[in-house]
Amino acid sequence: MVRQNSSMAIVAAIVVAIIGLVYFTYRPIMNNLQLGLDLKGGLHVVLQAQEKEGEEITQDTIQKSIGVLRNRVDNLGVKEPSIYPQGKDRIVVEIAGVDDPEQAVDIIKNTAQLEFQDEEGNVLVTGKDLKDAQASPGTGGQGATVDLEFNDAGAKLFAEATAKNVGRRIAIVIDEEVISAPTVNEPIPNGRAQISGGFTAEEAQNLAVLLRSGALPVSFNIMEKRTIGPTLGADSLDLSVKAAIVGLIAILIFMIGYYLLPGAVAAISMALYTVLVLGTMIMLGTSLTLPGIAGFVLSIGMAVDANIIIYEHIKEELRLGKTLKASIQSGFARAFWTIFDAQLTTLIAALVLIWFGSGPIKGFAVTLSIGIIASLVVALGFTRYVMVLCADFVKNTKLYGV
Amino acid sequence: MQIIQKRKWFYILSLILIVPGIISMFVQGFNLGIDFKGGNMLLYRIETPADTAAISQTINDLQIVRELSVQQSGNEFYIRTNELNQEQTQQITAALGSKFGTVTLLSAESVGATIGSELVRNAFLAVAIALVLMGIYITFRFEWNFGVAAVLSLAQVVLFVCGVFSLMQFEINGAFIAAILTIIGYSINDTIVIFDRIRENLRMKKKDSLDTLLNKSIMQTMNRSVNTVLTVLMPLIALLAFGGSTIKVFVLAMLIGFVYGAYSSICIASPMYYEIKQRG
Repeated sequence: MVRQNSSMAIVAAIVVAIIGLVYFTYRPIMNNLQLGLDLKGGLHVVLQAQEKEGEEITQDTIQKSIGVLRNRVDNLGVKEPSIYPQGKDRIVVEIAGVDDPEQAVDIIKNTAQLEFQDEEGNVLVTGKDLKDAQASPGTGGQGATVDLEFNDAGAKLFAEATAKNVGRRIAIVIDEEVISAPTVNEPIPNGRAQISGGFTAEEAQNLAVLLRSGALPVSFNIMEKRTIGPTLGADSLDLSVKAAIVGLIAILIFMIGYYLLPGAVAAISMALYTVLVLGTMIMLGTSLTLPGIAGFVLSIGMAVDANIIIYEHIKEELRLGKTLKASIQSGFARAFWTIFDAQLTTLIAALVLIWFGSGPIKGFAVTLSIGIIASLVVALGFTRYVMVLCADFVKNTKLYGV
Repeated sequence: MQIIQKRKWFYILSLILIVPGIISMFVQGFNLGIDFKGGNMLLYRIETPADTAAISQTINDLQIVRELSVQQSGNEFYIRTNELNQEQTQQITAALGSKFGTVTLLSAESVGATIGSELVRNAFLAVAIALVLMGIYITFRFEWNFGVAAVLSLAQVVLFVCGVFSLMQFEINGAFIAAILTIIGYSINDTIVIFDRIRENLRMKKKDSLDTLLNKSIMQTMNRSVNTVLTVLMPLIALLAFGGSTIKVFVLAMLIGFVYGAYSSICIASPMYYEIKQRG
């Protein structure tokens, strides 16, 4: 009798604890879970480095390019851009919540190689020696301009170049395109220059950003570009979350209706399971994508399957006339390897996907893998513990579905 | 139920279900999305009444697009074209705006053809590697007969799903590959639970003949097989009903695959094992 009461107390405490856990972690989870670009809107660009003859693309080139790109994107004033290498000659740029994705693409894709050339085409000074570049509104209806300031070395080179070319033209060339070619009236010793090319205010602003951040060491082609507007992202999120909740409730109703008491235990396990999976995702910094939601829903299905396998085994043992406790023990023991083998094979497929997949597929596989591991822990550990406790005070085998 | 004795009927049923798909794969092939063949996909929301013909007309008049397909889903329109640059995309948006008024560009995707063909190669590789690794695992945990039977049963599930997608000309995209791999994972899960019961019954060394033992194992796990597929169908149907249009194809592939996979686990996998065991 004492045992019966204490078991009942523990189960009650567990139920209260889980409800409390869900209640108190709901907000922090919703606030901290990173959402993928497809759910919050944003820009995803894959850049492919263009190999020039005799110049190999090294890891160093890619790392330098990432630094330059980071500078540029930071200048757009967006939060937490994610820029990372893919393979050995590609760079992925992901920017969330950007208002004008097209402008961002403009900023990213240009090499921004600035050169001052004399009339013979000799390079006099390059963008490497720039200290600053600022857009200014411009005067006299010529459009906006970009004001350049060279560093000491650049100022010296520029002074020499202008001294040598008085009365001749110096071309300002960006990415092999002549922007303007003003005539030098007198030597310029202060290291300041101005580019005027009939820019609009926005063009001047973008150009200033590009020149300030420096040139990319190689030029890049856009291989893949995806922009998701924020409205589409929000719509998808609302709909998918709604679908996930409806699906979950349907599963719980089915489980409780069909398996009765064990079904209720499964419902509690599922609550713990959900907190566990989402919590792990936050800790690993995995962002939730649309396929990720699908992977999550699927992994819930597999977690429920683990419970179904266990309960069917327990029912079988009960029908053989074993006691409740013995049935639960041997039901779990027999189900253990079934569940282990079944889920491990699925995990193998998920791991292959993590290895080979990119973007959306990876998001799906990561969520599924976390889900499978969590379901093994919850079904074979937690559910078992609660079921054994329940057997202490609920003796009626009808409530176990027999 | 005498599943092993009736196995010929199940083979015939499977053939009836699979062969049209295979023919379609050869005759009309697949509707490859831009993930695979490269190109542009623009998604617009147009508030005023519009139809696909009028939209196609407007875009064709610009004379910048080589390939064009327009698909409608409510007031949202999917426009697929060959690869376009930024200016061309802006031209399309402007043209639609002046023709239909309130037009919002919800998403724009552009994929280079190289990335597309890499995706195809990686997808095939991923499926092949996953199948081989799972086969090895089953051989290691059970015996090779089970491994071969499971992989054969899986292969025809994959064939069936691909066949349906070819027949219906549903779009094949990156998410579809993820769906196929999920189906593989889930069906193998299904099959292994049955094989696990066969393994358990084989160890009991009863005097049952192999077909009786297999039938018994299938029937003992039938409750679980049916309940599991039911529970996994619930969230999928919910996703299909409410889920965003972006994952419809993904969910549809899984729905078809899970149902056929469950059937295959019950009616094809064990008979396959029986065939191999009888001959071996």
